[in-house]
Amino acid sequence: MTALALSREPELEPISGVAGSPTARALRRLLGKRIAVLSLAVIAVFYSAGIFASLVAPYGYSEQNLDKSFEGPSLAHPFGTDRNGRDTLSRNIFAARTTVIVSVATVAAGGIVLPLTLGLLAGYRRGIVDAVIMRTGEILGALPGLPMLLLVNTTLRPRIKTWLTDTSGQVHVDFLANSNFLDYFLIFFFLSWFGWVGSSRLIRSQVLTLRRSEFIIAAEASGAGTVRILFRHLLPSVMPIVIVGVSAGLGAVAGTEIALTFLGVGIQPPHPSFGALITDGASRAVLENHPQLLLVPAAMVASLLFAFNLLGDALNDVFTPRAR
Amino acid sequence: MDGLAAYVIRRLLFLPVTLLIVSFATFYITRWGPGDPISIYSGHYRDEEAFDRVREQYGLDKPIVAQYGIWLERVALHGDFGPSFRYRDRDIPDILGPKIWVSLRLSLYAFLIAFAIGIPVGILAAVKQGTWLDPFMISVFLFFQSIPALVTVPVLVLVLSAKLHWVPPGGFDGMFSKSMIIPTLALSLPGVAGIARLARATTLGTLGEDFVRTARAKGLDEFTVISRHVARNSVVPVMTTVIGLSLVGLVEGALFTETILGIPGIGRFTVEAVTTQDYNVVLTIVLFSATLFVLANLAVDIALAAIDPRIRFGGSNR
Repeated sequence: MTALALSREPELEPISGVAGSPTARALRRLLGKRIAVLSLAVIAVFYSAGIFASLVAPYGYSEQNLDKSFEGPSLAHPFGTDRNGRDTLSRNIFAARTTVIVSVATVAAGGIVLPLTLGLLAGYRRGIVDAVIMRTGEILGALPGLPMLLLVNTTLRPRIKTWLTDTSGQVHVDFLANSNFLDYFLIFFFLSWFGWVGSSRLIRSQVLTLRRSEFIIAAEASGAGTVRILFRHLLPSVMPIVIVGVSAGLGAVAGTEIALTFLGVGIQPPHPSFGALITDGASRAVLENHPQLLLVPAAMVASLLFAFNLLGDALNDVFTPRAR
Repeated sequence: MDGLAAYVIRRLLFLPVTLLIVSFATFYITRWGPGDPISIYSGHYRDEEAFDRVREQYGLDKPIVAQYGIWLERVALHGDFGPSFRYRDRDIPDILGPKIWVSLRLSLYAFLIAFAIGIPVGILAAVKQGTWLDPFMISVFLFFQSIPALVTVPVLVLVLSAKLHWVPPGGFDGMFSKSMIIPTLALSLPGVAGIARLARATTLGTLGEDFVRTARAKGLDEFTVISRHVARNSVVPVMTTVIGLSLVGLVEGALFTETILGIPGIGRFTVEAVTTQDYNVVLTIVLFSATLFVLANLAVDIALAAIDPRIRFGGSNR
């Protein structure tokens, strides 16, 4: 009777709240925090406004009506119009689209793909691979970002532009040169190129503490290849670093776009972006007479960045339990 | 300490390699674009013969690699950073020195203010952990961190200068003038949250230590325990880290504030140098900032190791 009871499989019923990987559990703790849920809601509203901009916005971003220049708030234009009579609300919604495109592309490459591949590889393989990756990161980190971007913009942009519009070439890609693809691409390329260094370093040091642990040795012994070990066995334990990094990165890129566009190296007119809207609205004459032209984009950006900051704080809390 | 010494030496040995690669990359990128400084300064209606002569005089007609070789030799052997195309007959270090000094004083002000607010806020947040005050205070300063400088500065100028006439709308006339108020506010408030969070984390660590319990046990009042015993231990690491990292951002940190307010600092000057293709000045600024980056990070590492001997270095080369 007792032997029978002992031989039975123990009940594998998961206890609610404890089930799942540590990462999943931490994320569930996150959803219990009111501030975190509120931040996520703000981010979700902002991102869906950006993604569905062409459906949500009442007007096009370059739809002018010079009879209605600098109009105040009205039913037709809730936040008024700008110098060219373009609807402020619509331009802000399309600016959110720019922010979403630039930050998601940049963070996908510079916050997820590059740091994961390079960080895991450097930590696991060590030796020459590690040295090359880390020294490259060190050199990239030492380059001052903004001056370099200004520099690349004055040299690389004209080169690419000539190359794209060169009619003697085989492919005609004029539409690429005319759209703001180049703006997006330069920002994306540059920020991801510099962005991977920080999180790669964190991921690498996490992997260093794990590479000789039993479950990795067991995986190696059973013949798992490097790729399988990196992405199947080591990946789960560095997920917290990636998640915190993505949250911080999405906010940082949104802020950087504003800075770049102000310096004239970001999104070019007439395409709307928060950098362009803020730069236009911040000129003295506009700010004094039509403060909503600065305050609307400023409030949208500030609420997005504030949400990401609060979310980052909450993420740090749930992933490092001892700091609580 | 052995690991630390080896680590420092290894980093210092790698510094020339970093500078070599950084300088070549920058050199190549600057000279890659269309046009050159001579064509910018000579304008549209120029004497082609004179134009070619000046280009030749500055060696701009040679292949890029050859130009780099000449530049490298001059810098490495004679400490000569070459001519500035915009400010002729002046040494580049002489031009940059005063600009760096302005930015340095500006960021010093900003950090003093940010520390003066951030450290007490962080310590208070840690002491009040678990009450509403802790997340509230941190959130308030996170909000300040969320407003872009491009919004803060124009609004401050409009309110403080145009409406209230308290301060001049821009410029720089010395450290003890009213013109410092707007840049100091704009630069310090966004930094408070970071310092407060760091101070909060270190204080939480310190509060659990034995010596704090001893201090309480011998009957000291809570204020003395916090200000004398806890604060001292949490302030030093925060200050070293933040001062070190702020040096790293010296060139870029105040770039926007300087540009909008017309402050003659290094950030604003960098933008001018890049847009007028003043090759040698750009190159010198990039090298200066790269050196500062490596040395400041190293100084932070050394300081942190001195404060907390448990920190081990040298794990990366074994």
